[in-house]
Amino acid sequence: MTTMTIAKAINEGLRATLTNNPRALLMGEDIGPLGGVYRVTDGLIAEFGADRVVDTPLAESGIIGTAIGLSLRGYLPVCEIQFDGFVFPGFNQITTQLAKMHARSNGNLTVPVVIRIPYGGGIGSIEHHSESPEALFAHTAGLRIITPSNPHDAYWMIQQAVDCQDPVIVFEPKRRYWLKGEVDTESPGTSADPFKAHVLREGTDATVAVYGPLVPVALAAANAAAEDGRSIEVVDLRSISPIDFDTVTASVKKTGRLVVAHEAPTFGGIGGEIAARISERAFHCLEAPVIRVGGFHMPYPVAKVEEDYLPDIDRILEALDRAFSY
Amino acid sequence: MGATHLPSTEFDGTDIEDRQEAAAEARMGAPAEPMVQLLAPDGTLGTDPVFSVYAERLTTEKLRGFYADMAKIRRFDVEATALQRQGQLALWVPLTGQEAAQIGSGRASQPQDYIFPTYREHGVALTRNVDLAELLRQFRGVSNGGWNPKDTNFHLYTLVLAAQTPHAVGYAMGIQRDQKLAASTALAGATPAQPAEPNAAVMVYFGDGASSEGDVHESMVFASSYKAPVVFFCQNNHWAISVPSSVQTRVPLADRAKGYGFPGIRVDGNDVVAVHAVTEWALERARRGEGPVLIEAFTYRVGAHTTADDPTKYRESAEESRWRAKDPLDRLEKYLRAEGLAGDSFFEQVRADGDELAAYVRKTTHDLETPDIRTAFANTYVEAHPLVAEELAWFEEYSAGFADDAAVPAEGATN
Ligand SMILES: Cc1ncc(C[n+]2csc(CCOP(=O)(O)OP(=O)(O)O)c2C)c(N)n1
Repeated sequence: MTTMTIAKAINEGLRATLTNNPRALLMGEDIGPLGGVYRVTDGLIAEFGADRVVDTPLAESGIIGTAIGLSLRGYLPVCEIQFDGFVFPGFNQITTQLAKMHARSNGNLTVPVVIRIPYGGGIGSIEHHSESPEALFAHTAGLRIITPSNPHDAYWMIQQAVDCQDPVIVFEPKRRYWLKGEVDTESPGTSADPFKAHVLREGTDATVAVYGPLVPVALAAANAAAEDGRSIEVVDLRSISPIDFDTVTASVKKTGRLVVAHEAPTFGGIGGEIAARISERAFHCLEAPVIRVGGFHMPYPVAKVEEDYLPDIDRILEALDRAFSY
Repeated sequence: MGATHLPSTEFDGTDIEDRQEAAAEARMGAPAEPMVQLLAPDGTLGTDPVFSVYAERLTTEKLRGFYADMAKIRRFDVEATALQRQGQLALWVPLTGQEAAQIGSGRASQPQDYIFPTYREHGVALTRNVDLAELLRQFRGVSNGGWNPKDTNFHLYTLVLAAQTPHAVGYAMGIQRDQKLAASTALAGATPAQPAEPNAAVMVYFGDGASSEGDVHESMVFASSYKAPVVFFCQNNHWAISVPSSVQTRVPLADRAKGYGFPGIRVDGNDVVAVHAVTEWALERARRGEGPVLIEAFTYRVGAHTTADDPTKYRESAEESRWRAKDPLDRLEKYLRAEGLAGDSFFEQVRADGDELAAYVRKTTHDLETPDIRTAFANTYVEAHPLVAEELAWFEEYSAGFADDAAVPAEGATN
């Protein structure tokens, strides 16, 4: 067990990947000597050389498109998109090409490309640097999407993403890059399956399902609710596509109430999908409608007001109050 | 007489490689005009300071093969168009007029090369031994692919314009890496990760319309930055559906290569000998590790863009006639006859082979099976996926509800 930040854990995970897979390579803007704008690839070029840690031209479609070609030739590219809001020049390649290559080749071709995207707000940044576009990708069949919320998951998930035969997008909660935690580099333990949700805190009265950057917020809200005598279960989804509905359903069958929280806008988001599924699967166990907490239907607001946009402890508590009012 | 485009004093050496290198360098600074042509529309063979060498290598058998391929694929095109008219295909994308560009370039590739087409490269598919009936699966709506690219190193068709161009460059970067990996494992005395392969290159096809897409630009930047072994083969057939090439570019497309730092060559796309020579030159150069080349095959789409298109709405029939006079098959036939390399019996045999192919395609198209939607469930992901499993289970249960009801025919079973 060692203590490290999420950023360091991903760095170590990438190091392990490059060491274990001679055909793995990193590609992205400024990931070489600079180590990426968040320093997640720090030191890797010195260790593995410019052929394995490739500073690419400034071209998102080019990065993902050439990664597809490399994977067709048997390589394992791990692409870094510099910021969430800049994935869109590569959106075409991800949704029309990467996601569909296996299906349209009748299963003959695999394109195990990994795309890392720092996402989410809370860092006081300017436009296009704080977005949560996960639902846009989750809607596309053929892609898998995971998001770590702690260093141990961060260390293992990046390696599991590279091992996966399907294309995987790893959304990295950028405001948690500096969150510290214990990492067992010997064994993933209960994190062996990246697509399985974790019950982080047991409870009996209501479930809060969250992922990525909101996990610490939900845990804090659950602690606050405990002071009022409410026992809240917190589920870290970990995987956004597929979603581990079994774990969420089991939790709701126990607690009877569900709040889903994410930073992305509520409308058309992952929360709506979970609400619909849980209504189908556990209708008779629900004491209240599933309540969603999320961002507003607006372009991500300027940094000075992002506190009003981002779900916080109080917004989750308010949602729980509503759930308990039925 | 073929147009000569560079002063012959550029090439003193007799060594082909030297001449090629000099040519590559000179071309970077020289305009793409005029274009490379060896076989003129009247069937006479001209000379070119760089590319005649390649034409001289061509045996009679090869030249006759070029003709046979072009005639075969034109016959196939006629058949597929007819099949579409009969309602057997949802759509057809004809290639008539572009046979020389496709057969000439495709025949310059070697089995170890990998080809990324757009959607009109039926002639290239023929040169890669793709079963042409399989090619029709996509147009009949029974598959989004239809063949296994690994069998022929001919990738699937791509309908999102230019999206395949970065794939080609990435694949070419992979070839580079394979060579490095092989070299390093050989040095370490270890068994190589995969058997040593002959040098390979990648060729990617796109149109003059697609050249405006951002992906082409990004591909060329990547290809140049990493000196990837890739040949960009642009068929300038003058029309992107109804939009003329003058709306896509104000300079010869081949000239754009200069801006990326690699050679660009405009070749007469209706001259199979010149196309073959230029492509062979570019592929050999790429396989030697000297980086990318852009080839602009100056040609013409004689028919409609697709069977859903009506070219009379946007161009004069006189333009079509002008280009028909430059027909790629006619000029090679004239040459073969004039030189006594082929006579009536050869051309009769070619016609008979074409009819046989057409009959085969007609029959197999009718027989192309409608797939079971379960294959789509199976191929969405490589690894098990709970959502897919859940939806498949629902589908099975739902379908089972109809099993007893023999009166309900299966969806799509009739035509
Ligand atoms: C990204 C994209 N935009 C639009 C289309 C619709 N479309 C199909 S073919 C075509 C024209 C293409 O012209 P060109 O690249 O010159 O190739 P050609 O069909 O002439 O061989 C267009 C606009 C498309 N397939 N993909």
